Amino acid sequence: MGDFSQKIDKFLEIFIEQNGYTRVVEGLQNTILIAVTGLIVGIIIGTLIATVRVVPKYKRLPRILNGFCSFYVAFFRGTPMVVQLLVFYYVLFPLIGLHVTGVQVSMLVFGLNSGAYISEIMRSGIQSVDVGQMEAARAVGLSFREGMTKIVIPQAVKNILPTLGNEFITLIKETSVVSFVGAADLYVAFSYIGANNYEFMVPYLVMALIYIGLVLVVTLLIKILERSLRKSDRRN
Amino acid sequence: MIDVINLKKSFGGLEVLKGVNITINKGDIVAVLGPSGSGKSTFLRCLNCMEDPTSGSIIFKGVDIADMKVDINQHRRHMGMVFQHFNLFNNKSVLQNVMMAPAYLRCKDLKKAKRKNRIIRIKNLFRGKKEELIPITTTKEQIKSEAKQQALDLLKRIGLDDKADAYPSTLSGGQKQRVAIIRSLAMNPDVILFDEPTSALDPEMVGEVLDLMKKLAKDGMTMVVVTHEMGFAREVANRVLFMDDGQILEEAPPQEFFYQPKDERLQEFLSKIL
Repeated sequence: MGDFSQKIDKFLEIFIEQNGYTRVVEGLQNTILIAVTGLIVGIIIGTLIATVRVVPKYKRLPRILNGFCSFYVAFFRGTPMVVQLLVFYYVLFPLIGLHVTGVQVSMLVFGLNSGAYISEIMRSGIQSVDVGQMEAARAVGLSFREGMTKIVIPQAVKNILPTLGNEFITLIKETSVVSFVGAADLYVAFSYIGANNYEFMVPYLVMALIYIGLVLVVTLLIKILERSLRKSDRRN
Repeated sequence: MIDVINLKKSFGGLEVLKGVNITINKGDIVAVLGPSGSGKSTFLRCLNCMEDPTSGSIIFKGVDIADMKVDINQHRRHMGMVFQHFNLFNNKSVLQNVMMAPAYLRCKDLKKAKRKNRIIRIKNLFRGKKEELIPITTTKEQIKSEAKQQALDLLKRIGLDDKADAYPSTLSGGQKQRVAIIRSLAMNPDVILFDEPTSALDPEMVGEVLDLMKKLAKDGMTMVVVTHEMGFAREVANRVLFMDDGQILEEAPPQEFFYQPKDERLQEFLSKIL
């Protein structure tokens, strides 16, 4: 045990006295930034794709859009996130000649990637809402789009909130791969601290605790949100 | 008011409506009877293009709404619909259920009119002959408060004004259906279509819904009612249709319909249920 407390002392020394904490704070910021923008972009893309997939398809345009969306989902679910990050950072952006930072690429790729997953979550949510709701909306004179945004999607979101929370948690944890494109996240910060004196045990332990803390906070937030959305339900 | 001309509807290879012709006049209360699978619900749903007709036309106030090119949403505002399973908006309170569509759609019209006026004003700058502006008499707030007042009045009329802020999940079946009826009434429609409005209700709640429908009938509302309530058809309707196999086999005033049926299948149908 004496050995372990010595390691803690070493860690604290680097963490506090050698300003290791600034890197951790920066890493934490990046992790949260990437996960949150990823989620927001993902929800927007996912909702659009899900809507395209549930639109009746007698006309040509919905069918073309549907084909495109299936391709999109197949691509982003069919390749690992790391590969997507590498392709965007080292292939796509250099090809079009844009200079972007690792964090920016990560935000984009996380958004596109989670959009593919959220589209399926959202589709199941939309399909869980009784078709009668849309029929009633159309019957009072609302258009398909108005029925979707005012009646169906609010109910769908309520149904899928737990699953959406899952997706957000997954996103937070997956940010640990963004160091592949040079973005400084939590992993990079703690590796730096560990590499300072070749002592990784305590830094990585603390890193794990921070991730757990983050996820617990998110879980709590989702619970609060769920409770406030449930006021129209009978089960309380 | 509604002219249905040779209406046909197929689902895949199955032909559900095989050429329906009927004229519904203002003030008519038409009851549609028939065995299940006869196409009566499909017929009703075709009237407001909830199901797009395969062929034929539906002339509503001079416009063929079966034509895919017309803006069906405009016409649906004037045709209320009441469903078997109520279909109240679960995420809205009772009051919002009733006032949402009128408030929202009238605000939308107002916005459109304002936009058009802006364009006209710009055009007028460059033209000698001035174009008239669309008169705008209300504001958004006014529309909303009017819609709310109207909704509250309607709720009071059915005795549910104390439930205005409740959510549909806390209402009984009969209450839900009555709210659904005044929801379609709030749009001031020319006709209300009822798709088996009492079939999903407990027997003791059927009465309250039928009472409300009778009141509407007395007020002169045009109604098309698909129903299994023979009593309602007999007492309230002024025309009764019998449908089977995708066709209207008999159409008569209720007395004649129930006591001197001509069609053989109708006689058989009536002998089973009366």
